[in-house]
Amino acid sequence: MMSVASSTTQSVAAAAGWKSRLHFFWYLTRRSPLTLVGAVIILMVIVMIVAAPLIAPYNPDKLMLSARLQPPSALHWFGTDEVGRDLFSRIIYGSRASCVAAFMIVLISVSIGVVIGCMSAILGGRIDTAIMRLMDVIMALPALVLAMALAAALGPSLVNSMLAVAMVRIPAYVRLARGQTLSLRERVFVKAARTFGASPLYILRWHVLPNAMSPIIVQATLDLGGIVLIAAALSFIGLGAQPPTSEWGALVSTGRNYILDQWWYCTFPGLAILITAMGCNLLGDGIRDMLDPRLGGR
Amino acid sequence: MTTAPLLNVEDLTVNFPIPGGWFGRATSHVHAVNKVDLTIRPGESLGIVGESGCGKSTLVQAIIGLVERSSGKVVIDGQDFHEARGRRKREIRQQMQIVFQDPQSSLDPRLPVWRLITEPLHVRGGMSKAALRARAAELAASVGLRPEHLDRRPYEFSGGQRQRIAVARAISTDPDLLILDEPTSALDVSVQAQIINLLLKLQRELGLAYLMISHDVSLVRHFCDRVAVMYLGQIVEAGPAVQVLDSPAHPYTRTLLATVPSLKHPLPELAATRVGELPNNRILPTGCYYRDRCSFAAAGCDRLQPLVEFGDRAGTVSMSPPDKAAWPRSVRCHRAQAGDI
Repeated sequence: MMSVASSTTQSVAAAAGWKSRLHFFWYLTRRSPLTLVGAVIILMVIVMIVAAPLIAPYNPDKLMLSARLQPPSALHWFGTDEVGRDLFSRIIYGSRASCVAAFMIVLISVSIGVVIGCMSAILGGRIDTAIMRLMDVIMALPALVLAMALAAALGPSLVNSMLAVAMVRIPAYVRLARGQTLSLRERVFVKAARTFGASPLYILRWHVLPNAMSPIIVQATLDLGGIVLIAAALSFIGLGAQPPTSEWGALVSTGRNYILDQWWYCTFPGLAILITAMGCNLLGDGIRDMLDPRLGGR
Repeated sequence: MTTAPLLNVEDLTVNFPIPGGWFGRATSHVHAVNKVDLTIRPGESLGIVGESGCGKSTLVQAIIGLVERSSGKVVIDGQDFHEARGRRKREIRQQMQIVFQDPQSSLDPRLPVWRLITEPLHVRGGMSKAALRARAAELAASVGLRPEHLDRRPYEFSGGQRQRIAVARAISTDPDLLILDEPTSALDVSVQAQIINLLLKLQRELGLAYLMISHDVSLVRHFCDRVAVMYLGQIVEAGPAVQVLDSPAHPYTRTLLATVPSLKHPLPELAATRVGELPNNRILPTGCYYRDRCSFAAAGCDRLQPLVEFGDRAGTVSMSPPDKAAWPRSVRCHRAQAGDI
């Protein structure tokens, strides 16, 4: 038991160098092909976001009233919508709104959450208690309700709903970062740094953050899938991206009107959401297995 | 000839509050270190021995500032460590460095060796990356690491090599005093001697003073000029290492030495000498701390025992090298002072 545990710790530690890290990722990818699937999906989505104008066959906002609600064909792979816009192009461009929104939400909540969490752990005492109770309160708020409240107060827009979702996701990262900081602070190498006269900021920068990042990155990747869904849901109920911006949730929402006769309208944007969310989850799971010595030993 | 002490610890006391009340208020205290006085002169090694839980680790952590002291003074080179603030405190702090027991956990797994070795200098600031690297190469050479080791990470090394890295880091600021917290007990027996010889070599070359915690009595005898025996947060006996360990005066020191397995004391005998457990350190005993376990307890032991110097007991030891053995022996036991046990 002991030797298994220590050998996986060794192999995880061995991933620290750049070359050996690449090698290690390849080794684990061979062992878990689903991680590879997830990585390929995410890579495809990223290519879609970056190279949308090169991939999309049509201008996503160009109306072609002569070709309304066409079924999928060689000309329009995913068919067209009620004003003759090419759905394939709209889904490609829609990845920008949907995925960038999800990514921004995660980025905002991770950065704010990590800063608050580390500070809370370092300051300790009453400030720590106050911050953590506040986080419990925020955690109790449902993301969608908060987004609706914010939309009602500030008007519906993608940015407002992003802020609402980001705010609700913050506590998860605060807890994670706080826990990591608290446990790292007791490690001997941090004590050693304190005997050199290192300031809390120095210890945070050089010892806590580098060692705390891997579980946070895992959590963020796993969250990304769920947040793609939430962002789509917000647009679906009309709180997110506003027309004519193409966004997957909004596409499904409009497509719902035609669901009986024009099945392709909401099917393809829905599939895009499903596949992206699944890709994030698979990749997140894979990364967790790679970085977690307890799970990695299978 | 008396030289000014390098480290002077006066009356150092460490209490840990135990939160027990409703609002986390302390209802009692753990008395980890009770009024310890220590002096270390430049270039000298002092060993601290005692059973686990006697407060030796807490004592050195309080000296180096990892644990808040409750009262007392730590004076290094004439400067009060705890009274100093800011930059000056860091300067005083960097005159002493600590080497921890387990080099696996005392080195950040994510930093390369050159960065680990020069961390105290990096904290101090003002040196370029190239200068730090050059200094790391020098330090690595002085502890027997090769230049190509500098870019590796700690997990690529054996325990002994890691401890060399830790030692190199400790001497990076040219300290006068190294605190060694059981520096060899996490290592293979075959490697222990190498680290000890390295430390002795560095002491000769750099004139370092050592404060070493250990429960390896034979190591302390070999390594240290003087030894202090700790019991329940107090020093119960102190003196030149050879003298104290060869002819212990305090009953506790005798018990401690008798529990060391050796050819003279094979294991079956040990059970008989170990009388009772370490008393609860939340409520300190009255009188002599060792009274309840002591087989020599008699009238007068219910008084608090001061640490008192006593003369060379007749016929027990000859005074070897004058400067090192000149330190007087002292013991916290009135019967030993009177010479009747």
